Amino acid sequence: MSSQSRTPTTAGAGTGHARWIRVTHWILAASVLTLGISGFTILMAHPRLYWGAVGNDLTPALIELPVSRNYRHGGWEVSTASFPDGGRAVSSIRTYDILNENSWARSLHFLAAWFVVVTGAIYLLAGIFSGHLRRDLLPRRGELTARAMWNDLTAHKRPAPGGPPYGLLQKGSYCAVVFLGVPLMVLTGWAMSPAMNAAYPFLSGIFGGTQSARTIHFCVFVALILFFVAHLVMVGLSGFKRQMRAMTLGGHT
Amino acid sequence: MTTGQVIISRRAIMTGLTSGAGLLLAGCPDTQPPNYGNVLRMADNLTYRAQRLLLPRQALAREYDRRDITSIPAIGTTDPADPHGEFYDAAGGAAYERLRSGGFAHWRLTIDGSVARPGSYSLDELKSFPARTQITRHTCEEGWSAIAEWTGVPLRRVLEAAGVKPTARFVNFYTFDGNLDSIDMFDALHPQTILAYGMNGRELPIAHGAPLRVRVERQLGYKSLKFLHRISVTDEFYDPGKLGPLQNGWAWYVGI
Repeated sequence: MSSQSRTPTTAGAGTGHARWIRVTHWILAASVLTLGISGFTILMAHPRLYWGAVGNDLTPALIELPVSRNYRHGGWEVSTASFPDGGRAVSSIRTYDILNENSWARSLHFLAAWFVVVTGAIYLLAGIFSGHLRRDLLPRRGELTARAMWNDLTAHKRPAPGGPPYGLLQKGSYCAVVFLGVPLMVLTGWAMSPAMNAAYPFLSGIFGGTQSARTIHFCVFVALILFFVAHLVMVGLSGFKRQMRAMTLGGHT
Repeated sequence: MTTGQVIISRRAIMTGLTSGAGLLLAGCPDTQPPNYGNVLRMADNLTYRAQRLLLPRQALAREYDRRDITSIPAIGTTDPADPHGEFYDAAGGAAYERLRSGGFAHWRLTIDGSVARPGSYSLDELKSFPARTQITRHTCEEGWSAIAEWTGVPLRRVLEAAGVKPTARFVNFYTFDGNLDSIDMFDALHPQTILAYGMNGRELPIAHGAPLRVRVERQLGYKSLKFLHRISVTDEFYDPGKLGPLQNGWAWYVGI
């Protein structure tokens, strides 16, 4: 990409997407979709979320999600006290045959996670060294005013070119995904790994425990779905065919 | 160029790419489980290699206080003698029933394979080893976790007593139910990998693996096999087919 094609352009004349952005976009899109499907499948095996270090069917849940037949399944034998002197801790045998597709779902989840980590790292490095992140994604100084945001909001229904320059809210949402959402997913994901926990206990510590990390992992998943829906709606509103052409074939639009 | 040539050259390229990537990622192919050409197993092995390569080697899993101990579900096999169990094995179940009725007095843990002194240990003999008690977090692949106290003999002590050969790489656990799984020597020699006969200050309950289970604290719960009767040390990875995780679609290494 020449520096000439990257100079600020007049509104409505986009510069298109660089090839490395198009390639990483689709690899990441496919990986994130795979992560979403496999992750939801994993959630279905145990649709209870907790706060703190640990949590299970015999301890109180923060949220219970009615997303599989495992939701509030009642299959437990009468529990026995874990200590001779009584106390709160108990053990109970599960008698319910739960839905569990984690064999393939977990391995597929981590396969896709590898793609996100590797492709994401390439994207970040290329984004830094090409100036894409600074020039196209980060809001400029003085751009963050209420008036500018209002103008950006009201301009949303107009057709837009594929690629930068991006609108203010567009920049904000992309930055939230790139610098907050995806890194949080990776970190909370690591915080759930027993080997990572042994090696780096601070990982789950910063999120308030492994189960808290799992709950945050789920919340960010929901936030990313909201982004995905908004993203698709905006692609549709601003000219679906043109946007898809710009993100696949490339070129100026 | 004919279609056949195109396919062959494509296959050649793919073979070259995958074997090249395999060598790059794997390092020594014989030190990890086979992937059977399954892309999910390749990803499992990549995670295995990456964690072995990048994580500090002797890190201990966090240990908790007694007051942190929580309730804990018992899942999977909770009685190997129960014919309705998911992993019921008729011969193992009958043997277990017999030994349990005798209070496990006649139970013995066999150790064989790549060791200088194969043999067996009674429960009392295992208890005569210096014991280790640890309060750790049990993480289930399903998504839940629990904290419990485990007391037992470090596997390392038993392996040293049996004289593990320098060529040994894997430790295989044979159980009274239809489960057979292994860990690598790195996990086997870890100070927190113990053969537990006690839980929360009492004898290990039946539902949690009496008379002996292994605790592998840096992997998910399903690697901490219950109801042990034999430990076999091997130089190479052994796939026990339908008794093990791989042929049932599960990852062998689950440090993640």
